[in-house]
Amino acid sequence: MTYTFDAKIPAGALTDKWDNYKQNAKLVNPNNKRKFKIIVVGTGLAGASAAATLAELGYQVDAFTFHDSPRRAHSIAAQGGINAAKNYQGDGDSVNRLFTDTIKGGDFRSREANVHRLAQVSVDIIDQMVAQGVPFAREYGGLLDNRSFGGAQVSRTFYARGQTGQQLLIGAYQQMARQVGLGGVRLFNRTELIDTVVVDGRCAGIVVRDLLTGEIQSHAAHAVVLATGGYGNVFFLSTNAMNCNVTAAWRAHRRGAMFANPCYTQIHPTCIPQADETQSKLTLMSESLRNDGRVWVPKSPTDNRPADQIPEAERDYYLERLYPSYGNLAPRDISSRAAKRLVDKGQGIGPLKNGVNLDFAAAIERLGLDVVKERYGNLFEMYERIAGEDPYKTPMRIYPATHYTMGGLWVDYELMTNIPGLYAAGEANFSDHGANRLGASALMQGLADGYFVLPSTISSGLAPLLGKTMPGIDHPAFKEAEQLAKDRFSGYLNTKGKRSPDWFHRELGKIIWDKCGMERTKEGLQQALADLPALYNEFQTDLRVTGTGETTNQTLEKAGRVDDFFQLGMAMCQDALTREESCGAHFRSEYQTPEGEAQRDDEKFCHVAAFEWTGDPMNPKRNVEELVFETAHLATRSYK
Amino acid sequence: MSHLKNLTLKVWRQSGPADAGRFETHEVAEISDEASFLELLDVLNEQLISENKEAVVFDHDCREGICGTCSLMINGVAHGPQRATTTCQLHMRSFKSNDTIVVEPWRAAAFPIIKDLMVDRSPFDRIIESGGYITAVTGGAPDGNLIAVPKPVSDAAMDSAQCIGCGACVAACPNGAASLFTGAKIAHLNRLPQGQPERYQRTEAMVEKMDEYFGSCTNHGECSAACPKEISVDVIALMNKDYRASKFKSRKEISRD
Repeated sequence: MTYTFDAKIPAGALTDKWDNYKQNAKLVNPNNKRKFKIIVVGTGLAGASAAATLAELGYQVDAFTFHDSPRRAHSIAAQGGINAAKNYQGDGDSVNRLFTDTIKGGDFRSREANVHRLAQVSVDIIDQMVAQGVPFAREYGGLLDNRSFGGAQVSRTFYARGQTGQQLLIGAYQQMARQVGLGGVRLFNRTELIDTVVVDGRCAGIVVRDLLTGEIQSHAAHAVVLATGGYGNVFFLSTNAMNCNVTAAWRAHRRGAMFANPCYTQIHPTCIPQADETQSKLTLMSESLRNDGRVWVPKSPTDNRPADQIPEAERDYYLERLYPSYGNLAPRDISSRAAKRLVDKGQGIGPLKNGVNLDFAAAIERLGLDVVKERYGNLFEMYERIAGEDPYKTPMRIYPATHYTMGGLWVDYELMTNIPGLYAAGEANFSDHGANRLGASALMQGLADGYFVLPSTISSGLAPLLGKTMPGIDHPAFKEAEQLAKDRFSGYLNTKGKRSPDWFHRELGKIIWDKCGMERTKEGLQQALADLPALYNEFQTDLRVTGTGETTNQTLEKAGRVDDFFQLGMAMCQDALTREESCGAHFRSEYQTPEGEAQRDDEKFCHVAAFEWTGDPMNPKRNVEELVFETAHLATRSYK
Repeated sequence: MSHLKNLTLKVWRQSGPADAGRFETHEVAEISDEASFLELLDVLNEQLISENKEAVVFDHDCREGICGTCSLMINGVAHGPQRATTTCQLHMRSFKSNDTIVVEPWRAAAFPIIKDLMVDRSPFDRIIESGGYITAVTGGAPDGNLIAVPKPVSDAAMDSAQCIGCGACVAACPNGAASLFTGAKIAHLNRLPQGQPERYQRTEAMVEKMDEYFGSCTNHGECSAACPKEISVDVIALMNKDYRASKFKSRKEISRD
């Protein structure tokens, strides 16, 4: 039986949909809001802003994070900025233009109504964050400054030096901390979600594990919001923080929530290349560097001279050559693949020949050292600390790395999954970026979801529950989920094999990166789908977790996360194999134009692929939500 | 790229808050100089697991110097020998073959040890919850460009807003004081026009919450020297000035006999 999706897109013209929605949404009266409990899992931009705002509205909020403090969430690492259609620069920006750029950037694989709403609320985010004291960069006159970013021809990106994510997260964290102090939010730190509980088709709460004591506990609520980030760490080496994982979303998926477009994973073009075999993660260098940096490789693969000794004529500024109108600001997927092709051809630079140059010599000459320092100083310092080279003198070495995942839990216009009462926000959902996300749009989406969308949509799901008794944590469904969680963790401890969770994670990552990374082929994906179950079987029989389950045990935490990454990896490969087209970040070698660009197949694949758990990770059921474009014109993406 | 050989690690092991704890000595035979310090601990942990021993517990997350999760006293210095660098960004090129490296958790009364190298820094959250914010309920904000903020003011606010809340300042302080952390947040918010309405209330509440947990500041300046974001001790002066002023401005004080 085919599942029929109801995305609950409001009626009316695209520009009126959000207003129409709000006008017709069911509300909960202020005196009744305190009767509802909402659980928010994750305290990044989406989670912290949702928890703060829902508590301000009067709901009882319980916020959960596996970190020691909500301020650690990985939103903090975003460097470059946040987009908003303010048009403060008077350069022709508008809500419609931001909408169009985002739809086009996503290669026409996202939902129009959601994206338009995102562009609409983007302007409110900036106002909100300024009011909270986020020290955005300013001009000498005291007004807000902007810069440009990949995939856009206007300057609409607001930034706080190279630490925009940090400043926005601290803003949202402070707003939530205020509510913790006032008693509106109860905070559970060092607590990880292990399962979601569904009773009679509705989400009734969650089961969590206290990371200090190993204790398994249940929490019941009227609604649960998963703001638990993306799954880029399935690749092992990525720019994600070490603890980012898919467990919350994946466990919800196993309880019936659809997982949409798992194969849409973004590779960021400007990361520091891997340096050695013990490397645990990769570090991103903000895409904003491409505003002033020029990307090039030596024309000859055998040219091993230092960068400053290679004359202009023997350099290939390939982005400027291939994409003259966007140049070094071509979107992420396109820039990444261009770099990969040259490195594959042997034109890479650096000791392992695994990078390309990002050169600031021209910018320093044009703008002066002081201006470059002002704009990028902290990024240059960061680069120097990691790579041990001074980018004011030598070009940075960069190479693409996994950075963001566009896929995630399927949600409707209200950000509700197909399980009533269960919501997903921020990177954890799939809704706004299609097959490729534009730079400076992740912060925008996280805050849009948490500050402006969920607080307006969640009441529609809650209003009908007024006066009804909800299942409590003594319900058999909670007890059963608790037992499953206990069995699961004692299972890892009792396997008593020979390999650590990290070893399996690294091996899993190699398969996914090789076969389901920047460029995918039918044969490669089939090979991955043959290799993954074998390795997973080994994981289940040869895992070694030392220590016990009754105290802090990071090896045990890791085992649970790697387990879920295995199952997700299988879904990713299946999705990539079935989607016989190239779109955005999903590039199948078989489907490309003669110039080597992604070739979509709108006849067959203009849809969302939402996977349904069947009990066997190798055989999920693929459901389809057709995408209808009423406003945007389905066109071949061109950045030439 | 070259490799360091024969490193001796003296690592603090403590099974829980009640345990007395002790140093354990481990050898790491070889590691690349491109590896980060935390990757050295990863290698050690893989070694321990292969020997069927429990891995060393330590806090870490982003490994790019911004989340503030990692800590560690390395040879007695918070975040190790490199200035303005978190432990996760410290690379093995700062060490040499045959080195003995002593690794301890933050040591401060307000940060009790949870296990091995992991400590509880939640008093920092309590300080922020007491007033480290600007009250701005979602939805009511005026246009972002309504209030012009002079660039030097905005830049100075940003300088102190960079604090990552790692706790190195407390660990480095002989008194276990949190003045740099609290001062940085107060300086960030009190400098901005948006922060003025709550300026003195905020300062009073945060300073008094800080005093519930942490030692007193005696202007040593070790905090600033250990700070991976190089936050200046000036923020402490600003905090003290505003705290004194708050005692005159606060209604609570005025109404007292």
